[in-house]
Amino acid sequence: MKLHEYQAKQIFASYGIRVPEGGWVKKPEEAYEVARKLGGEQFVVKAQVLAGGRGKAGGIKLCKNAEEVFKESQQMLGSRLRTHQTGAEGVVVNALLVERAVRIKRELYLSLTIDRSIELPVILASAQGGVEIEELAREKPEAILKLHFEPEIATSQFLGRKLAYRMGLTEKATGEYIALVGRLTKLFLEKDCSLVEINPLVLTEEETIIALDAKMNIDENALFRQKELASQRDTSEDTPQEAKAKDVGISYVHIGGSVGCMVNGAGLAMATMDLIKLAGGEPANFLDVGGGATAQQVEAAFNILLSDKNVRSVLVNIFGGIARCDVIAQGIIEAAKKVKINLPVIVRLEGTNAEIGRKMLAESGLKFETASSMKEAAEAAVKASSK
Amino acid sequence: MGVLVDRRTKVVVQGITGSQGAFHTRLMLDYGTKIVAGVTPGKGGQQVEGIMVYNTVEEAVKRTEANVSIIFVPPAFAKDAIMEAAEAGIKLIVVITEGIPTLDVIRAKRYATSRGARLIGPNTPGIITPGECKVGIMPANAFTKGVLGVLSRSGTLTYEATSQCSAKGIGQSTAIGLGGDPVVGIGFAEGLRLFEEDKETEAVLLIGEIGGTAEQEAAVMVKKKEFTKPLFAFIAGRTAPPGKRMGHAGAIIAGSGGTAQEKMKALREAGVYVAESPAEIGALVSAHI
Repeated sequence: MKLHEYQAKQIFASYGIRVPEGGWVKKPEEAYEVARKLGGEQFVVKAQVLAGGRGKAGGIKLCKNAEEVFKESQQMLGSRLRTHQTGAEGVVVNALLVERAVRIKRELYLSLTIDRSIELPVILASAQGGVEIEELAREKPEAILKLHFEPEIATSQFLGRKLAYRMGLTEKATGEYIALVGRLTKLFLEKDCSLVEINPLVLTEEETIIALDAKMNIDENALFRQKELASQRDTSEDTPQEAKAKDVGISYVHIGGSVGCMVNGAGLAMATMDLIKLAGGEPANFLDVGGGATAQQVEAAFNILLSDKNVRSVLVNIFGGIARCDVIAQGIIEAAKKVKINLPVIVRLEGTNAEIGRKMLAESGLKFETASSMKEAAEAAVKASSK
Repeated sequence: MGVLVDRRTKVVVQGITGSQGAFHTRLMLDYGTKIVAGVTPGKGGQQVEGIMVYNTVEEAVKRTEANVSIIFVPPAFAKDAIMEAAEAGIKLIVVITEGIPTLDVIRAKRYATSRGARLIGPNTPGIITPGECKVGIMPANAFTKGVLGVLSRSGTLTYEATSQCSAKGIGQSTAIGLGGDPVVGIGFAEGLRLFEEDKETEAVLLIGEIGGTAEQEAAVMVKKKEFTKPLFAFIAGRTAPPGKRMGHAGAIIAGSGGTAQEKMKALREAGVYVAESPAEIGALVSAHI
């Protein structure tokens, strides 16, 4: 789960991590008030969207006074921001963060994540910030320090020391950097993060260290014990289909093609998308109805697929194991009777009692096309989608 | 024969009194798996499917000499259950539970490893040596006895692939579901090492997906000749967009790393037979065995 920058900065502040002074707002009047109260000569107005790449897309503006802040806020709030991560339709800006601008001397980079191959949390630090870390990793990998740590030693000060003395900082700033690393590792573990990134982390003209930006992702699996964070989830950037899928506990990802698919199991669902592509079509989505594929889940899944206007045909690919194909076929028939389906539906059943299931579908009186092999099914679905 | 589990394996079921635990205890017993004990704290003395329930794994091990555990407990209690099994001397712990926080898995795996225990999963269908022992939730009829070792990050896609192979007359020595989470116990590399040593296994099928670098590590092993038997692979998720989690917690392309394309390329360059289509896994394997 991704947090907004303003949410992450509130958590940073509660851990004693220095962030720029400011406040988040939903109206231009509020933005004006925040800027007026802050005072100073320069302000930053930042669009609060979960997608990355805001800066380049015009989602961050510098302003000289509260009046300018008001004007920029008026333009940004409610507008659509298109970044390289949002797709062509963009996302609506619902909130802004207004901050007093910081006098920057140097930009650094600091992040924590889980290194899957080493199976430990890792701190990534660089004396060069402000650029995309992937870009830096490609062009100057030696500029990034990597420090893995066991969760048991996360509070040790030496982790911060190992990094701080290589950042080229003054004594005062070095002390702040060490404290920052300690606080950030503590936060990372206590809040079950999968990513915390500060880019840029800045050294100010006053020789203090400030988190100018804040990115924070929480491990979805840990939300049961991070209730306060879970309650901060913003679903406004989800597509209607994604929102509905979350409600009913179905795993769904919008892709954008014309062949909708419904599959039991995540691996098989991905493989089915690949198969559609191999057959010359474009998958509309990833959808895993769960290993059991109950009538209720199938009905919800049909509703989600049919609400996607790009979908021209539906491919149902089920491998029946312990959940038998005859039971699943019964579920498909019940669901299809409830949901008005006006698109070609191609069903491929395999596994336990597959033949009984296929026969039930054929005799149901509903217009299903059945296929016995995955390849045949994908080809039929692609063909139907291009009619 | 096969690896890790066989006829002699004695299984303890942690979370046996839950609906999933009880249901799959029945199916494993039907398959012929020797389940010797169950554990649910506070329910010691009860019986489930004729199996005695104990309060602790320690007591279950002492009374029954169980050597493999299968875990069905909810995510919040899974770390504790894994560590309890390892502390009690269990050497193979199969974690079916889906949705365990990654930091819990890291901590539990570190502890289990320090105790000399191996972990399979979490978020796995389990492990099966066809005809001998099933420690998992997979449908038995998707597997037949044979010479192909299987290592997979997925559930139904594995059943699909083994069914295709079985239809061509190629059964499995042992099939291991590695689990769909970002951090899991046994990975492709360790699985290949086990199958390299196993006399019954003549070739291995690897079913991977987007996210992480486990498939690339397997490719390195083949290149270094640490694994020398024929290896087949299918990687799911070529059409998956970056930054989106595809069902499994571990199936996510982070930045530009972990794509299906790069995994397929690494495996092909190492001389692995890579299936283009999930519909052709059985045909590819049978053409070269």
